[in-house]
Amino acid sequence: MTAAALSPLMAAAVAVPTAGALAAFLLPNRWRAAVGLGFSVLTLLATFALAAGVTLHGPQDLFLGGWAPPLGIRLHLDGLAAVFLAMTALVAIPVGIYARTFFAAGEGSGSTDQTHLFWPLWLILWAGMNGVYLSADLFNLYVMIEVTGISAVALAVLSGKVPALTAGLRYLLAALVGSLSYLMGVALMYGTAGALDLALVAEAMDRQWTLRVAMGLLLVGLMVKTALFPLHFWLPAAHSAALPPVSAILSALVVKATFYLILRFWVEVFEGSVTIAASQAMGGLGAAAILWGSYQALRQERLKLIVAHSTVGQLGFLFLLLPLITVDATAAEAPWLAWAWHGGIYQALAHAFAKASLFLAVGIFVIAVGSDDRRASVDLVGRLPMTTFAFGLAGMSLIGLPPSGGFVAKWMLLKATFASGQWWWAPVIVAGSFLTAGYVFGILRQAFAPSERRQPLRQVPKTLEICALALAVLAILIGFRSEEVLTLLDIGVPFAEPAPPEGSEP
Amino acid sequence: MTAEAHEIYALLAAPLFAVGLVGVFACRHFLKKIIAAKILGASAFLLLIALAARDHGEGPDPVPHAMVITGIVVAVSAAAFALTLARRIWQETGQSGFGEKP
Repeated sequence: MTAAALSPLMAAAVAVPTAGALAAFLLPNRWRAAVGLGFSVLTLLATFALAAGVTLHGPQDLFLGGWAPPLGIRLHLDGLAAVFLAMTALVAIPVGIYARTFFAAGEGSGSTDQTHLFWPLWLILWAGMNGVYLSADLFNLYVMIEVTGISAVALAVLSGKVPALTAGLRYLLAALVGSLSYLMGVALMYGTAGALDLALVAEAMDRQWTLRVAMGLLLVGLMVKTALFPLHFWLPAAHSAALPPVSAILSALVVKATFYLILRFWVEVFEGSVTIAASQAMGGLGAAAILWGSYQALRQERLKLIVAHSTVGQLGFLFLLLPLITVDATAAEAPWLAWAWHGGIYQALAHAFAKASLFLAVGIFVIAVGSDDRRASVDLVGRLPMTTFAFGLAGMSLIGLPPSGGFVAKWMLLKATFASGQWWWAPVIVAGSFLTAGYVFGILRQAFAPSERRQPLRQVPKTLEICALALAVLAILIGFRSEEVLTLLDIGVPFAEPAPPEGSEP
Repeated sequence: MTAEAHEIYALLAAPLFAVGLVGVFACRHFLKKIIAAKILGASAFLLLIALAARDHGEGPDPVPHAMVITGIVVAVSAAAFALTLARRIWQETGQSGFGEKP
């Protein structure tokens, strides 16, 4: 493949799922799942080709319509974007197969069956996320954020049940506040810097106070959408009331898209403007999220609420990355910068696979047992062995037990906290892992315990179980193959110093 | 010193933004919340339009206009979606705000 072939592929990563969404919308209901899955596979191939291309040829730019910035819109592909594109595609395929079987079995349809709208909505959501990963233009990003946000809410209310509708309206309002705060920030940025392209804005960033305000508005808007504590209030209800494949998509992928932007802005646009105090504050919110989200997960009685609160906690780990990479000039070459960078991104990857698997597995428990109450899921290990195994594997990665992706992430973050002297994050990481172990083992203990209260189980299609297991296996496998992922991640982004591999391999 | 008209409009965006933000969090009624979100959007559009009016030599700057048009399209669809959700909740439960007893 030549470098010139990469430009159309970048456009394809957005255009293919968009075309799929349109096709799925226009075709009769019975065709939608097949067409949706077909376009999903095409998108997967496009993103893999992009990952291969960026490995061979390095970072790429595409000027849409041949117009160069400041007038035109630029798409930018580098290792970070490729990793997030590939993560989305790898989660999308098992979740898509699960969704097809789930809806074909007549699950999740309420009084009015709208579940066939899953495919158009999901593909347009995917296109929006890919657009977020590839756009290098502040306003184009706003549009992609809105595409992602609105289609995500539409998916969340797919069941048409009242709890989902109420949670969905709250989610939509929070998403609107987030994106409008972002838009206000974009307006101020454009007013001061006179540009929308990320590279041009980065050049214009100086100490002017309007740019500080704009930066604050951009970041707060994205934090609402990433559900960073204390702006997470909308997440647990919305993610737990959605149908299982949708919950998996929302919790594993959608919140990562805005986190990705926070990260990109932080290191590429605001690089010279962010202070150490601001980064410590972000880390503090992350730490609070870890403790609060994980504690809340321990207290929940309903399986899906446990997993949803767990997302609030696990997202907190991502934000520990910011204080660790924001340092004064004396530490500009320090090795821990790369460890922290890799650890934070690994957390995003490992959490995506593990959380998607957990939501799919819990969805299977709920179908089989007929209840979302955690006390009802007893004595499952002999009767649903594959799903219980998937839940265990995914839980292992979430806790951070070796040899899993979650272990690599938390290990590298821990190493960076000690090496950088910011030891105060270490107890939070450890406490977060223990709290996570608490709620994961709480569910597993029930699943393993023989019980007189055991009810006959409903039959669950094998395909559902295989999809949940596949994602759990991915969450473990990336712990073994960290070398390849990190090589891809390091292309064209800061902190690309090759990290000493010791400790990254279990 | 006299401020130019577009500067006054640009400054007005700040209180408008604050009104929308307080409204969307403080109000319980669905409609009030949605209207507050619309005000929030209007503040961003007002700022963009005011920015476009700055003298760029050859008339107004077209880029913020393009952004506002796109923004309005998004805002209208989002508001329509929010209103549909609110209406469905009201039909199913009789509730017209968060935290109401059905």
